[in-house]
Amino acid sequence: MSTTVAQHRTRPPAQPASLRAKRLPKYAPPAIAVGAVAVAAAVVYGTGIGGPVLVVAVAALLYLVGLFAAAHAVEGRRSARNRTWSALIHSAFVLAVLPLASVVWTLVSKGVERLDGNFFGTSMNNIGARDANGGAYHAIVGTLEQVGIAALITVPLGILCAIYIVEYGRGRFAFAIRFFVDVMTGIPSIVSGLFVLAFWVLVVSPVFNDGRPGFSGFAAALALSVLMLPTVVRSTEEMLRLVPAPLREGAYALGVPKWKTILRVVLPTALPGIVTGVMLAIARAAGETAPVLLVAGGGAAINFNPFENNQSSLSLFVYQQAGDASKYAPARAWTAALTLVALVLILTIAAKLLARRNRLGR
Amino acid sequence: MAKRVDATNVTAYYGGFKAIENINLTVEPKTVTALIGPSGCGKSTFLRSINRMHEVLPGARVEGDLTIDGQNIYDRDVDVTAVRRMIGMVFQRPNPFPTMSIYENVVAGLRLNGVRKKSILDEAAENSLRAANLWNEVKDRLGKPGAGLSGGQQQRLCIARTIAVEPQVVLMDEPCSALDPISTLAIEDLMFQLKDKFTIIIVTHNMQQAARVSDRTAFFSIEETGDPGRLIEYDNTQKIFSNPSQKKTEDYITGRFG
Repeated sequence: MSTTVAQHRTRPPAQPASLRAKRLPKYAPPAIAVGAVAVAAAVVYGTGIGGPVLVVAVAALLYLVGLFAAAHAVEGRRSARNRTWSALIHSAFVLAVLPLASVVWTLVSKGVERLDGNFFGTSMNNIGARDANGGAYHAIVGTLEQVGIAALITVPLGILCAIYIVEYGRGRFAFAIRFFVDVMTGIPSIVSGLFVLAFWVLVVSPVFNDGRPGFSGFAAALALSVLMLPTVVRSTEEMLRLVPAPLREGAYALGVPKWKTILRVVLPTALPGIVTGVMLAIARAAGETAPVLLVAGGGAAINFNPFENNQSSLSLFVYQQAGDASKYAPARAWTAALTLVALVLILTIAAKLLARRNRLGR
Repeated sequence: MAKRVDATNVTAYYGGFKAIENINLTVEPKTVTALIGPSGCGKSTFLRSINRMHEVLPGARVEGDLTIDGQNIYDRDVDVTAVRRMIGMVFQRPNPFPTMSIYENVVAGLRLNGVRKKSILDEAAENSLRAANLWNEVKDRLGKPGAGLSGGQQQRLCIARTIAVEPQVVLMDEPCSALDPISTLAIEDLMFQLKDKFTIIIVTHNMQQAARVSDRTAFFSIEETGDPGRLIEYDNTQKIFSNPSQKKTEDYITGRFG
């Protein structure tokens, strides 16, 4: 109280005589927008310096200036600033959504051409450059198996690691683990692929494989695990830290042991956030091409066995088809890309629904 | 069921900071004891050291003896979860488990300690909710989330959860400070009923509350910020509030200090 009184004494606030103020009419902002587009179009096409993109850019600039000027004249400075900043923030949102909408639209419009039963039912085995059919069955199998195995490895490991860091880790060892998890976040996917190539494919697997290097879907899953692990650990860690300490204390005060408190109180509370983090990691892994190319090698035939012989994956399939000379290949690439995005989307929605099922309806 | 709590030379630290020093105090069974004093005087720290919740924080430790009916709870071979089952705690802010229903919240202590039988759980849930004066308000929506109740109801739910494990001593850390006067009254009434079965120790900033609910009152204070809190006076509540023997207590109670 005393501070506000002191402030008032030094600088009394300007008290408006009335609470009402003049407002721009409702039609003014759209009218300014239309005017801005008209002027921009006239200038750009009149001088012949550019196309529609430049018109939009110039119009946006003119709209901001015009809106500020109009609001300043009618409503005053504060209001003018408010309108300008609001307009800037809205346009930032539009700018951010535009590429996304564009990607989705491109994927759907170009991917729909080969969206047929044949695409999902056949592989690329014995498909030559002049064959119009051929599909991604083998790649879908590969993606599901590789990402599935990678998730089986990383989800338990990552969540346990995060639990250690948040609930048990003290001192230097926990700090070191956190630091190296942070470093791992920045590992380029090709490096993780090279690591598995050098370590697993060329050194360890030949022991079980009569001395021949063992390219396999499992090797790809290992490489993807290296990429997923830090994402899972970090997101789980953040979510566990968000669980309020009084909840843990409430459980301790009932005589519940620490491990059971974590398992039955802390983890369920953090579950929705953990699921989101895991799905982000899975989405990232499903989109990786380089490690799969290095250690699973790709392949045209269906191979259900992730532990032997080459496997393909959807992203690798897209890469190969996009670079193929056949005139039918680009359509296959687009459909595969669409399939990959749809797959990740379906998995994410399914996981969110599962996580929500456990929570109580309000 | 209620037990005597004996503190002898209890000193508690947060890392290098000494929060309370040489607290000596005996709490008789089936009484309500209020701990009062200015903020930072260590009354919450003392309360949390009674059920070994103090050591949950990293670097925190307790020295001295704290016995429950003669058993020192700080002995090396004491199981800390058994101590906490014997000495329950209600916190300042209601903290029902958000992923659990009202029913699950009440029986959480039993369930998480291995009780599976539905008949036992059902009975414990009803008895505890009745004891916490909450049964009539929630009996038709036991499956709804505990977090959907009002603040006062949530706090009574937490009390029900605490007494469901049938502790001997119930510690309350400013249980009404986040509640309105009507909910506060409900919880004070509840304390009256509960003291038939439990030993209750309550930390409160509200001196009227201490005078209303407690049989004995302990006044804690500190010399200056950074000094450890000490027990200044411990006596019957009536004596403390009418004729305290220490000048400091009188100053605090009459509002001349703190």
